[in-house]
Amino acid sequence: MTTTTAPPAARPAAGPALYHPTVARLTYRALLGRRRALLLLGLPALLLVIVVAVRTLSGQDDGTAEDMLRSFALSPMVPLIGVIAGTGAIGPEIDDGSIIYLLAKPIRRSTIIITKLLVAMGVTVTFSAVPTLLAGFVLNGNGQNIAVSYAISTAVASVAYASVFLLLGVITRHAVVAGLVYALVWETVIGNLVPGAKTLSVQQWALAVGAKAAHGDLVHSAVSLTTGVVLLVVVTGAATWYAARRLSTLKPVGDE
Amino acid sequence: MTQPDPIPTAATAATAAARPGVAAGPADVIHNIGYRAYDGPRLGRGYARMSLYSQSLRGAYGLGRSAKSKVLPMILLAAMCVPALIIVAVTIFTDRTSLPLQYTRYAVVTQAVITLFLASQAPQSVSRDLRFKTTPLYFSRPIEVVDYVAAKFAALASALFLLTVLPLLILYVGALLGKLDFTDQTAGFAKALVSVILLSLLFAGIGLVIAAVTPRRGFGVAAIITLFVITYGAVSALQGVASTQEKWDVIGWVGLFSPITLIDGLQTWFLGATSAFPHAAGPPDVAAGCAYLLVVAGIIAGSFSLLVRRYRKAGLS
Repeated sequence: MTTTTAPPAARPAAGPALYHPTVARLTYRALLGRRRALLLLGLPALLLVIVVAVRTLSGQDDGTAEDMLRSFALSPMVPLIGVIAGTGAIGPEIDDGSIIYLLAKPIRRSTIIITKLLVAMGVTVTFSAVPTLLAGFVLNGNGQNIAVSYAISTAVASVAYASVFLLLGVITRHAVVAGLVYALVWETVIGNLVPGAKTLSVQQWALAVGAKAAHGDLVHSAVSLTTGVVLLVVVTGAATWYAARRLSTLKPVGDE
Repeated sequence: MTQPDPIPTAATAATAAARPGVAAGPADVIHNIGYRAYDGPRLGRGYARMSLYSQSLRGAYGLGRSAKSKVLPMILLAAMCVPALIIVAVTIFTDRTSLPLQYTRYAVVTQAVITLFLASQAPQSVSRDLRFKTTPLYFSRPIEVVDYVAAKFAALASALFLLTVLPLLILYVGALLGKLDFTDQTAGFAKALVSVILLSLLFAGIGLVIAAVTPRRGFGVAAIITLFVITYGAVSALQGVASTQEKWDVIGWVGLFSPITLIDGLQTWFLGATSAFPHAAGPPDVAAGCAYLLVVAGIIAGSFSLLVRRYRKAGLS
């Protein structure tokens, strides 16, 4: 830590820094450790394998491409990567109590949260948007701009998911289960049965943003662009703020 | 018995040195104060295995654990049973002649709940023993690696069986109370019973193998859910594409690659259930039907032997 060598003078006078390189490095290392990296790499790899299989099975078809990207890339893959990266950025540290060593350092807790969030967002976007773009090109060579549209959607969704799941990682010890219940039960099952539930779905907001980039009307969302953007910004901002707030009053506890 | 008395010897030697006139010899006595070895009946290996089984089974529903640990399994159990109650109520009040949902279809429809239960309870059952390195303590008892694995496997499979069979029982009892045809209902119930037994074994095996290689509980949960959701998502996406291309054979074969579609294909071919695949296209021919059976049996047996191998190593550290 730089602060240990030059104590209070090291803090810039122009207000607290939002990004702390050492915290970021530690978070990267925790996220891309052996098994997590395996899971994070495995999902995009599986997407590409399936996409190649579908391309050989059905040839180049815009409808199929849109269907595949929506029902496999955007729906189960992005939330799962978001859960792994978002909760993994802070959850294990709180779980085993080692967060206390980080909190004891003279770093603002909001800086810790924002740094971890930026890292989680970076990892989620890299592991979801890039493979989605590739998958779109393999499926139909970016016909009707579908590949780009879905890459944008997944990137936007990744940012929102990362912040929401990071918040879950701070407030509950069962963050992974809670996150997966939201992503899988609420967004897929309830979203299909109750039309109103779609308004409260990160997936639909992201689709609304991505749909603007697509030509034709193959890609469509249940919410309007304005609603989508406003809700995305509000949710991401509120989740980050509340996560920082909760971390300031965190009481570390041992395992069950 | 010579080991516990160096201190008295040293003490007497010291007093002997302090008082030079007294001989050291007669003070060196080990007094028999009546400690006895246990010579009552020993309950043995079978009892230890049964205890481990019943403790693990109770633990899967949070019984004998903190109140917090009871919340999730009980909610999931309720989530499994409430739809069955609703179905029964609808059937009785609308005077239907059959249940709107087949017995064999119930587990397929509620697979999300079953997966959540497995993902939350499989790591609970084995991960903490590994993480806190308590496995050697188990093996200091008269149980072998095979006993530990068998007890844990059976306990989780029984917990899953309870979770899946309870709603079926509700449906069955409700159907009989609603005076639906007895033979039809019994046949449907019996078929579903066979399929949920296989489902419990298959899911328990997969869940335990993943949990046994991930000592971090949270990570085990994520890994299990990811495996089930992603394979199912991939299989249904491929089946959807195959369905629009009207390649029915492909639909049947692709089902081999995800746990719940394996059970679906198996019960479609061997038990005459209606498949949940697109166009109800189950396994296309005898070869495919047998492949389903072989894969299910292979995964169950394979996961058991993988667990035994894993604990051969983990039991020592």
